[in-house]
Amino acid sequence: MRQRPFFLAFLLPALLAAGLFLAALALVLQYSFRSFIPGSLDPGAFTLENFARLWRPIYLWVLLDTFTISLLTTVFTLLLSYPVAYALVRARRDWVRTLLVVLALTPLFTGEIVRTYAWILVLGSDGFVNSLLEGLGVIAAPLAMLYTRFGVVVALVQFSMPVMIVLLATAISHVDNDCERAAANLGARPATVFWRVTLPLTMPGIVSGVIVIFAWTMSAFSTPQLIGGGKVLMISNLVYLQGLSSFNFPFAAALSLVALVLAVGSLALLQPAAKRLEAKVSPR
Amino acid sequence: MSPIFAARLRAALFWGPVGLILLYMTIPALVVVMTSFSPSELLEFPPAGLSLRWYARALSYPDFRNGFANGLIVTTFASTAALAVGSAFAYLVDRYSFRGRAALEAVLSSPLIVPHFTTGFGFLLLGAELGLTRSYAIVIAAHVLLVLPFVVRSVYVSLKNIDPRLERAAANLGASPGRVLARVTLPLLLPGMAGGWLIAAILSLTEFTASLYVTEARTQTLPVAMYGYIREYSDPTIAAISALLIIATTLLMLLANRYLGLRRILAIDAH
Repeated sequence: MRQRPFFLAFLLPALLAAGLFLAALALVLQYSFRSFIPGSLDPGAFTLENFARLWRPIYLWVLLDTFTISLLTTVFTLLLSYPVAYALVRARRDWVRTLLVVLALTPLFTGEIVRTYAWILVLGSDGFVNSLLEGLGVIAAPLAMLYTRFGVVVALVQFSMPVMIVLLATAISHVDNDCERAAANLGARPATVFWRVTLPLTMPGIVSGVIVIFAWTMSAFSTPQLIGGGKVLMISNLVYLQGLSSFNFPFAAALSLVALVLAVGSLALLQPAAKRLEAKVSPR
Repeated sequence: MSPIFAARLRAALFWGPVGLILLYMTIPALVVVMTSFSPSELLEFPPAGLSLRWYARALSYPDFRNGFANGLIVTTFASTAALAVGSAFAYLVDRYSFRGRAALEAVLSSPLIVPHFTTGFGFLLLGAELGLTRSYAIVIAAHVLLVLPFVVRSVYVSLKNIDPRLERAAANLGASPGRVLARVTLPLLLPGMAGGWLIAAILSLTEFTASLYVTEARTQTLPVAMYGYIREYSDPTIAAISALLIIATTLLMLLANRYLGLRRILAIDAH
């Protein structure tokens, strides 16, 4: 006898939610194959023109920019997050760990608008960094940081760090302290212990962090929108320009479909590598 | 070089950079708080004095008041609906195997990967299709999907930690399935459900990108209203409201750490 109490009652809401999401994505797919009628929100006849338009150099440049910015953000996020994650796990004093957790994770929950606006204040020509450097006499004229790729990456790295820190800290906390101590007792110098023991054992955390941050940054919107200020364009900004400024829903649909494929694609490509690494270092 | 000196040097070489990195992570928040008290309309560092005028303006600005009220409506409905749908689904995933389970799991966790602007744009089109463009319903629906993966995960972890013998004991003593669920399973799940609801509520309150697509002037949430303000004005009103949000979040994080153990929730305590 197989009793399944609540089966249908618990399944139906989930099916409804999944149905709504799939319907929304299906509409994006459908619009991407329709032609744009200027002045109308309703799409026209079937066409492949939206996808042909993607191959124009301006759009290819934006794709390349999106890719470059995501790659740079991921690399710097990893480099800056590792020491913090390590400190978070290995700090001996409790108040230090509490402080680290709160400082490292709070930016995650303040929301993207607050975080982005904060960077405008820091990077602007009358902003914090320029005022500080001018006050110290280091520079004569303000540095251009707002509306540049540099500024966008600086802000994106800060946003990405909390998630990376959590993923790395989880991996580091799973490294058996005895492995490190054994290496040290056998005469390995601290740097050797790190490069030969700790780092290889945390590789799965590093790989999953890199994947998540890369996919996440590819779909960043508010940072390139406000800190890029129209001078740095990522694919999300094109979707916004086409969809909510020009009301060209079909082309916006094609662009957001490309973004979806890129995000899912980069995950699908990198996930098997992460699985293999995980299998390699997990204790038998 | 004495071993003690070498160890001290190593500690300094480690903690120095860690401190600088944390400074980089924290400086934007500090600058926002500093700016929010500035008496001047223009940015200036250090501020010329102390003033609360931007707080007064932020708290009385109609768009922010409406945005906050809309945000509360959307968040309350969305995170509560997500809690119901997500808890039920986590229960199914934990207890039953059925055809299409993996596919359904994949669809319901995909909002984590699908760019928020794609989700937002999709729900904008869906809202137009269903004639719901100007309603809260479509905003709430989009938010439910966006926060659902977090609720499912939180409740699922709690379900895994329940001792199955407790439910079996209740059933053997004659409790009906409904009674077991209401008197044994649900009380044991409460912490996981509360955690899931809290995360969902915070994410929904601060969600911006998808909301920009699915809201309009009447239904816009606080982050969308703030975005509109940033594009039109450059005075520190946004700094004041941001400072309030940063302080509220920090307090919430400290409380969550104190009572729920953030490190334990995130599984980053050393063994």
